[in-house]
Amino acid sequence: MTNSSLYKKNILEHYKKPRNFSKLQNYNKKASLSNITCGDEMEVFLNIQEGIIKEVSFQGTGCAISLAAMSMLSERVKGKHIKEISKIQDQEILDMLGMEKETPRINCGLLGVQTLRKAIAS
Amino acid sequence: MDIEKIREQFPILKKEVNNKPLVYLDNAATTQKPLVMLDEIQKYYKETNANVHRGIHTLSHESTKAWEGTHEKIAEFLNAENAEEIIFTKNATESLNLVANTYGRQFLNEGDVIVISEMEHHSNIVPWQQLAKEKKLKLEWIPVLDNFKLDLNYLDYLLRKYKERLKILSIVHVSNVLGTVNDIPLLAKKIHSVGGVLCLDASQSVPHMEVDVQKLDCDFLVFSGHKVYGPMGIGVLYGKKELLEKMNPWITGGDMVNKVTKNGARWADIPEKFEAGTPNVAGAIGLAASINCLKKYNWKQISEREKELTQIVLSGISTICDLEVLGSLSTKERVGVISFKIKDMHPHDIATLLDERGIAVRTGFHCCEPLHERFNFGPSTRVSFGIYNTQEEARYFVNSFKAIANKML
Repeated sequence: MTNSSLYKKNILEHYKKPRNFSKLQNYNKKASLSNITCGDEMEVFLNIQEGIIKEVSFQGTGCAISLAAMSMLSERVKGKHIKEISKIQDQEILDMLGMEKETPRINCGLLGVQTLRKAIAS
Repeated sequence: MDIEKIREQFPILKKEVNNKPLVYLDNAATTQKPLVMLDEIQKYYKETNANVHRGIHTLSHESTKAWEGTHEKIAEFLNAENAEEIIFTKNATESLNLVANTYGRQFLNEGDVIVISEMEHHSNIVPWQQLAKEKKLKLEWIPVLDNFKLDLNYLDYLLRKYKERLKILSIVHVSNVLGTVNDIPLLAKKIHSVGGVLCLDASQSVPHMEVDVQKLDCDFLVFSGHKVYGPMGIGVLYGKKELLEKMNPWITGGDMVNKVTKNGARWADIPEKFEAGTPNVAGAIGLAASINCLKKYNWKQISEREKELTQIVLSGISTICDLEVLGSLSTKERVGVISFKIKDMHPHDIATLLDERGIAVRTGFHCCEPLHERFNFGPSTRVSFGIYNTQEEARYFVNSFKAIANKML
């Protein structure tokens, strides 16, 4: 395996043990999205109090990239104001994953953040 | 067969992908192109290019000769009786649409029956679904058995049930997912017993075995040029002369008419009647060149080599825990197309990790969603061989895949 592998240690670790992988009992926002090319499905649950993401969880089926991306993202957004979340650029997600913009897997990497944005807007 | 000499013919095989030598195992999607094909296409555009038919000048005459010659070469390749039985299209999909929209639309009436199977590519499903909806026809499906073969008892039942109302059996010769080879002469005999026609999708058989329209006794046969080492954008429809002659045209316009007045038009003879507009002459020349190149080898040699590769992969991966092959584990009556899934690994992860090692495979449903649904399979990863693949490549794939499975699971 080369160092340039898309499947870096942290991605594999999050894929094998995804964080916040469940359905929140007390969510007040949720959204789901699917990635047509892969058949990946992502569902995000949020508990937002006064604009702050108190709790976040997700469920879904998909490839390692999409699941690891959402797992990492869920850790980052907890406790943040939704205004900060709306500022997150796609590039930040790609940097977090160590992905190039030209990769054919870009949609897998961005599925989580897109679902999160949709949940906030719901 | 000197495999190194064959590989020299395909310049792309020297390419590196992710700093690894390319191992191209996506041949069922499209094959790579030999130098002789590239040369012939270039030669045509450098030396002969002119529009075909009714041109008096020398270049047009030469171009027309070359175009007509390609029909003869394809006819010879398929052992068709007449060169007029060969119609060039853009691919197998267009050829199937042509049959559905001409023979199907013209000769089938409400209540008539079209039979396809669960192992068809979407290109041999959707045109018939559309026609069935439009003309209130019945579309029946031959099930695929657990041994990945067609349920011929069900076809017999359909023949008894519908008799002469069963007008078309449109079926794949070789499945692009299972690798299963269907017994076409038997199917032809069955459909002919009620007066119906057999339309054969030979896209996956033409690159791997002798395809003789007279031995198969098919009424129509389609394939795509790019899957048999030819260029993209050229496909073939073979049809029995007596059928093609009584069929109305589909796409109309220039080149397919003998006479046009303000009141209407008189059609040209076959094959021109079905080849409207300026044709893909260079594509046909390229395809003829690739097929000519294939003729240097005999099918037995090609098939035996591909069986060896199939055996290496099947025995290499089928023992992996939680791995399931969608297709027979035997190399009999199948070609070198191997689709599989492994529990807890998404095919796209497998494909990306293989790509990092230079290996090209395909993932998803391979345009066969009903087949995957039949086996409740979800998306699969598919390895498919071509004439230039080596045993080393097959072993490299197996070892790489095992390493990936270890890493991910």
